[in-house]
Amino acid sequence: MKVSITINGSAQSHDVEPRTLLVHYIRDQAKLTGTNIGCDTSSCGACTVHLDGEAAKSCTILAAQADGGAVTTIEGLAINGEMHPMQKAFMENHGLQCGYCTPGMVMAAIGLLNENPKPTDEEVRLGLEGNLCRCTGYHNIVKSVLAAANK
Amino acid sequence: MSITQERTNSIIGQRMLRREDPALLTGEAKFTNDLVIPGALHLAVLRSPYAHARIKSIDVTDALTMPGVIAIYTGKDLHATWAAPMPCAWPVTPDMKNPAHFPLALDKVCYVGDGVAAVLANSETESRDALDAIDVAYEPLQAVTDLEVALSDKTIIHEAIGTNKSYTWNLKVEATEGAVDEAFKNAAFTVSERYIQQRLIPMAMEPRAVVAVPQPFGGDITLYSATQVPHILKVMTAITLGIPEHQLRVVAPAVGGGFGSKLDVYAEELLCVALSRKHGAPVRWVEERTENTQSTIHGRGQIQNIELAADKDGKLTAVRVRLIGDMGAYLQLVTPGVPLLGAFLYAGVYDLPVAYDFSCTSVFTTMTPTDAYRGAGRPEATYAIEVAMDALARKMKIDPYELRKRNYIKKEQFPYTAFSGLTYDSGDHLAAAEKAMGHADYAAVRKKQATQNVAGARKRLGIGMTSYFEMCGLAPSRVLASLNYGAGGWESATVRVLPTSKVQVVTGTSPHGQGHETSWAMIAAEKLGVAPEDIDVLHSDTAIAPLGLDTYGSRSLAVGGVAIAGACDKVIDKARLIAAHQLECAAEDLEFAQGTFSVKGSHDKAVPLAAIAFAAFTAHNLPDGVEPNLEAQYTHDPKNFSWPFGAHICIVEIDTETGKVDVLKYIAVDDCGIQINPLIVEGQVHGGVVQGLAQALYEEAVYDTDGNLKTTNLAEYLVPAACDVPPITTDFTVTPSPTNQLGVKGVGEAGTIGAASTVMNAVIDALSGLGVTKLDMPASPNNVWKAIQAAQGGK
Repeated sequence: MKVSITINGSAQSHDVEPRTLLVHYIRDQAKLTGTNIGCDTSSCGACTVHLDGEAAKSCTILAAQADGGAVTTIEGLAINGEMHPMQKAFMENHGLQCGYCTPGMVMAAIGLLNENPKPTDEEVRLGLEGNLCRCTGYHNIVKSVLAAANK
Repeated sequence: MSITQERTNSIIGQRMLRREDPALLTGEAKFTNDLVIPGALHLAVLRSPYAHARIKSIDVTDALTMPGVIAIYTGKDLHATWAAPMPCAWPVTPDMKNPAHFPLALDKVCYVGDGVAAVLANSETESRDALDAIDVAYEPLQAVTDLEVALSDKTIIHEAIGTNKSYTWNLKVEATEGAVDEAFKNAAFTVSERYIQQRLIPMAMEPRAVVAVPQPFGGDITLYSATQVPHILKVMTAITLGIPEHQLRVVAPAVGGGFGSKLDVYAEELLCVALSRKHGAPVRWVEERTENTQSTIHGRGQIQNIELAADKDGKLTAVRVRLIGDMGAYLQLVTPGVPLLGAFLYAGVYDLPVAYDFSCTSVFTTMTPTDAYRGAGRPEATYAIEVAMDALARKMKIDPYELRKRNYIKKEQFPYTAFSGLTYDSGDHLAAAEKAMGHADYAAVRKKQATQNVAGARKRLGIGMTSYFEMCGLAPSRVLASLNYGAGGWESATVRVLPTSKVQVVTGTSPHGQGHETSWAMIAAEKLGVAPEDIDVLHSDTAIAPLGLDTYGSRSLAVGGVAIAGACDKVIDKARLIAAHQLECAAEDLEFAQGTFSVKGSHDKAVPLAAIAFAAFTAHNLPDGVEPNLEAQYTHDPKNFSWPFGAHICIVEIDTETGKVDVLKYIAVDDCGIQINPLIVEGQVHGGVVQGLAQALYEEAVYDTDGNLKTTNLAEYLVPAACDVPPITTDFTVTPSPTNQLGVKGVGEAGTIGAASTVMNAVIDALSGLGVTKLDMPASPNNVWKAIQAAQGGK
């Protein structure tokens, strides 16, 4: 079936199997491999993107469901080579180590601040409940998000 | 030729931001599964649904007709492909039993997840779809999931070796024969404890992935793999497949965490290489998370019996340890060696007389093979001694910190020759503990506890501590020889000053989140007086960095970082000869500071390293006997292990109605010697602590009695999320290692080594007033609640 999705501002259209998940569409059809896959139970959040402005795990959505929608991936955050404030905050606060969960974590964190621009430490921790990281112990991820919120 | 920035202050110790981050933060970094390889075939592996079964027949007829399927192979089809069985590099005893196993099972499957058949298809989905159409007839056999039952040999898993016992390894050290028995006979206090180190699933966020790409002519193959060990993988793949090592190139692209689980040689790596050769096409494989939980190694898995003997003051007089190690179904790369890495550490940080009796018997079970997982043997040992110390303190009715203080090896005793003969390089346990106690406000918490933990109180407060010693910086090659390890422990570095004075550092370490590019550039910058921005760090590709022993065991800085410093020294030595030639003075008259050679006492006679690099490149005017170009390779074989240490404290509050443990505060005071980049050091501690805390509170690979893994994904296996863990208070003491020129020790595993016992001591401390003095990990609400009920007489 034909699916048309605007990804990072660029309209595109691809033939996909109906069972294709949005994450596979992003990686295999749109060739944007920054969005990672870390599980098969929608538990880890590595594949978090923004769909029509809201953070969503792209493994929980069929590409067909996103037909006509607008997706932002990690590749779409920087503007003219300038990283998004959340990306900068992660870098400045050592909020990543291996970097595999990072694209999803950053997208989720931006989504979190969109809904709650001045969260507490605890609100950040609860808000990122759906995104797992195995390296950082979350300490510096929380610090990064709070730093971005205070900018 | 100008150096970007003249450097005046020390770079070592600066909180430099990581150069790795922009690519990772913008999605530009390429992990193995991100690589675009045109024409690649996709491998999918059919896995056994049984823990233990005979394979009666495999029918692939229907599967071969599935869309996109190119070929299907069984273990028997590929048997002639393997020149050797899957490698185990650590035969710990001469009589160790190591059943041959191959990338695909032959007649029997021995764990759920054991590979049975390989499908090659044009796409990933087609390869997976075809798995369901393969018809395998199994004859199920009895599963063996209990270590003590395994030891009884009631059900033999590997008939060819006739027993489930792989080996027994002993370390009995006594000042005089019978010293241990004597000490226990004369002890004023003894404790005898039994602990379970539950199986853990490493769960690196990036599942494994492999792509093997054959070159069109000549038989060369490039193997891309999400591995921690490209160098070891190259050697082992060559041996296992019987192909010339020089025709193999192994590349570890961006690797999304390892924690030991990617320190291995896996069936899928060998299958991709073998099948890419067979089909003359690239072959790729990517692991699903459910596969990962079954087919990537597990960690821990021990039954620990530990006995302590102490005199009337609580001074330890002997330690006796009996372990049963769970090897799982087969021996992977270093499976049998994991318990040995802890074998020297069951006396912890304490000044034990020469009276130590350790023995480990390891058994096969019908579960996923175990192997090194963050800390590998050392968290297990630290857990046993530190939880046992609390048990001893309870028996003596003294404060657990007081008991530790009476036993610490004292600062002035370093370098300290331990009962084992090993030399502990440097340490100050009391200083680390005092610092942690200060952060905890220990006396105040104890006071609050006395008020809060009254009879009938719903919420009880607990405080626990650990003092740990970590044997890392693996490792002096001669010591590894004495442990029968199949390789050395050195690390290689090449430092190359290019004609334009930019620097390439080539390292044999293979980072997967640790930030080596940043830290290694800092080391070379410090040594050469060059700005870090002018230094590139090359790694993780055996064509670029042909010599190396990779990254594991907190070895990268203490061995690989020190190798870089050594290579820089050799570069400076060579540059000094050229500088002396140019300045027409003796080499000894030159001093090197901030990237410039100058004649001692007359600083107007000077030449910068940049000019020497260019002179070495043009080679127009070099002193006799000096080769062109400014480059040096250095291999560092450490003289000793490094011995990081520290003290951790945890404060918990437990809801006795629900059994839920809340961690109120976690304090980690660590000492990893000199810190190259404190930002990275803190990050390592945070992550390590949370992995240890996760063992204490959340994680367990659960098998049923039929050998089915019940925790096969991230919905069932509880990797903690941000809301499940506390902020971590980190602090440090700095006691340089005297055994290497950087004074460094390593920090990758420290947090994990200290955390599990710290949390469990706090949990038991909270509950001991209710009669709970023993609790197996994880201290989940259910387990805590049940322990309280049992202690309270089941009411």
